[in-house]
Amino acid sequence: MNHVKVRIICILLILSTLILTACSGSDKGSVYWLNFKPESDEVLHDVAKLYKEKTGVEVKIVTAASGTYGQLLNSELDKSHPPTIIVLGNNGSVAKWADCCIDLRGTAIEKELSTDSYNFYDSEGRLVSIGYCYECYGIIVNKDLIEKSGHSMDELINFEGLKRVAEDIHSRASQLGFDAFTSSDMDGSSSWRFTGHMANLEYFYEERDAGGWSECPKSLKGTYMENFRNLYDLCINNSTVKPETLATGGHDAENEFKTGKAAFFINGSWEYDAISADVPSATMIPYYCGVEGEEKAGLNCGTENCWAIPSLCSEADIQATMDFLVWCVTDEEASRMLVDTFGVMPYKKAAKSRNGFLAASDKYIEDGCYVMDWATNYQPNVDDYRAGLVSALNEYNADRSDANWEKVERAFVDGWASNYKAANE
Amino acid sequence: MKNKKDLTIYQKSIRKWGWLFLGPIMIAFAIGFLWPFIHGLYLAFCDFRLVSEAKFTGLANFGKALSDEGFLHSFVFSAIFTVVSMILINVLSFAVAYYLAKEIKGTKVFRTVFFMPNLIGGIVLGYLWSMIFDGFLSMFETSVLMDSKFGFWGMIIMVCWQQIGYMMIIYIAGFKTIDESMLEAANIDGANGRQTLFKVMIPNMLPAISICLFLSIANGFKLFDQNLALTAGMPITTAADGTMIKGTEMMALNIYNTFYGQSSFGHGVAQAKAVIFFVIVAAIGIIQLMVTGRRKNENKA
Repeated sequence: MNHVKVRIICILLILSTLILTACSGSDKGSVYWLNFKPESDEVLHDVAKLYKEKTGVEVKIVTAASGTYGQLLNSELDKSHPPTIIVLGNNGSVAKWADCCIDLRGTAIEKELSTDSYNFYDSEGRLVSIGYCYECYGIIVNKDLIEKSGHSMDELINFEGLKRVAEDIHSRASQLGFDAFTSSDMDGSSSWRFTGHMANLEYFYEERDAGGWSECPKSLKGTYMENFRNLYDLCINNSTVKPETLATGGHDAENEFKTGKAAFFINGSWEYDAISADVPSATMIPYYCGVEGEEKAGLNCGTENCWAIPSLCSEADIQATMDFLVWCVTDEEASRMLVDTFGVMPYKKAAKSRNGFLAASDKYIEDGCYVMDWATNYQPNVDDYRAGLVSALNEYNADRSDANWEKVERAFVDGWASNYKAANE
Repeated sequence: MKNKKDLTIYQKSIRKWGWLFLGPIMIAFAIGFLWPFIHGLYLAFCDFRLVSEAKFTGLANFGKALSDEGFLHSFVFSAIFTVVSMILINVLSFAVAYYLAKEIKGTKVFRTVFFMPNLIGGIVLGYLWSMIFDGFLSMFETSVLMDSKFGFWGMIIMVCWQQIGYMMIIYIAGFKTIDESMLEAANIDGANGRQTLFKVMIPNMLPAISICLFLSIANGFKLFDQNLALTAGMPITTAADGTMIKGTEMMALNIYNTFYGQSSFGHGVAQAKAVIFFVIVAAIGIIQLMVTGRRKNENKA
């Protein structure tokens, strides 16, 4: 019987050796991209396939389910074969993971960049993550509907003009057959358009007054809260749906815009593909909110799409990853696929964008307008901060009193300070 | 211990080969439960971002966890929720079982119908019920996310709907264990319905009641999926000093949010909270089992 035991133990040993050998990688290095955008999963797989065909190097793509990137990143980084490309696209995540990423200054991929505007540095000045595309957001406008209502795009150059047009369209909505703004639901699938994007107008102007932020400020002044309220009120009070119904969600803003039920839609450049076929005249205007000199405002440009390479990876993997990234931004076919999905890639040899909203952004820049950068990326403890804001806006939507707006201000301004504390102290 | 010679051939082979059959499950248990549990306990005393780079910091995490107002609020909320849900689930499932334990026409169909909600996962259930509640509340231009009371009672209704069927099965089994002759004797002695229920049935069903109480208390405290899907802690109130209190956040969700928040020390604190949470649930469970155990012994005596 002892022979049987010995045999079983031998078999187990051989099996475990085989498994361990199978698990260990080759010396050639491998690429493993931990992607955070479910909507770009398909195209990344196509790019990976193309790379395998051209070079023979395997690229593994794993995409986190919506809202679970931090969770997945945390567990994947602790594995023996961690991802070789991770996405660190805001100040919070850069601060958290900076010390386990390589410094990208002077690397092959950095040399391909056409601008430094979309990169993140840590407090020691190391280049931690590098933008691979940028996007813009603002107010998407259906030009045809504006003209149909008897107005012109020339009126939309400041808050006064925007308010006049929006209120006029809303007052004649039943006669015109369309309203001013699409719905602005506060459920998870839509609230970020306001708590993440529209909120940026307050942060941006405050940041500009302070001469720019280089790190997350401990507190906000709330100087431009009234301007945020101007635009927010305009948006919910002149909309296809009643503000009281926004907490529940269930409306489809994109569809309202596509089917011509509303002339204005708060969203970003990534909507271009979905919208342009139905609304070919769609363009984008800045967040006009009543700030002095806003006639010179441009769109909100920035990115959350930034590559970082963990230093936990082997030398061979880092090299393989670097080769892959350079190929992504220089190969015509690959960069075309990526640009069509992501927007603009700020790299010298990357394909040019065909996105109409980004073209609108370029036009504003050409006309000498200022770019509103994404100060929103500084939001501390971002999930909790935004959830607090959603809750306060829900109350405000139900009853648009000054007392309820004070609660919004508290969540916006005091919530910033307390979340900064929660995240950093 | 029996002498080796007295063992039957089956016992001998079990002695010899038992490890082979027990081995895999013991390994799985050690990997899947024991090791994470012990490691988790250790991590509660550490500052860490990645599990592999934990640094021992003593009791600091516990200090932070206990001074977190959100955590204390979630504890109170979970405790109230657990008491209310435990009472409602047990009373209602006992009542349903009382009627469905009788062999009348259609009981099998009803038993199946009552049990079915238990087969639906918590997240799905949460989204399903949020649609139902919001569909109703939207008539009053409000939502389940607007008021903590809505969230609280919403979750109570949801867990009752989910768990009554499960507890009902246990109670039905309990009813079946009561000796028919005892019921007959009570009947002959002239006991009325209420007397039969309280003096004969309930004392005889203490094992079933005990297990159902334990399960509903533990389930109430551990509730996570339904909480996440139905309210995710909403509504949130921001106090004048900026402190954020999530009205309907239960303990498990609070731990999850602490772990995956942006704070670099959040992981250790969440781990400490999880240990506190475990101690509370285990203590309540043990006390409850001791109390019902004593009642059972009193009955026997």
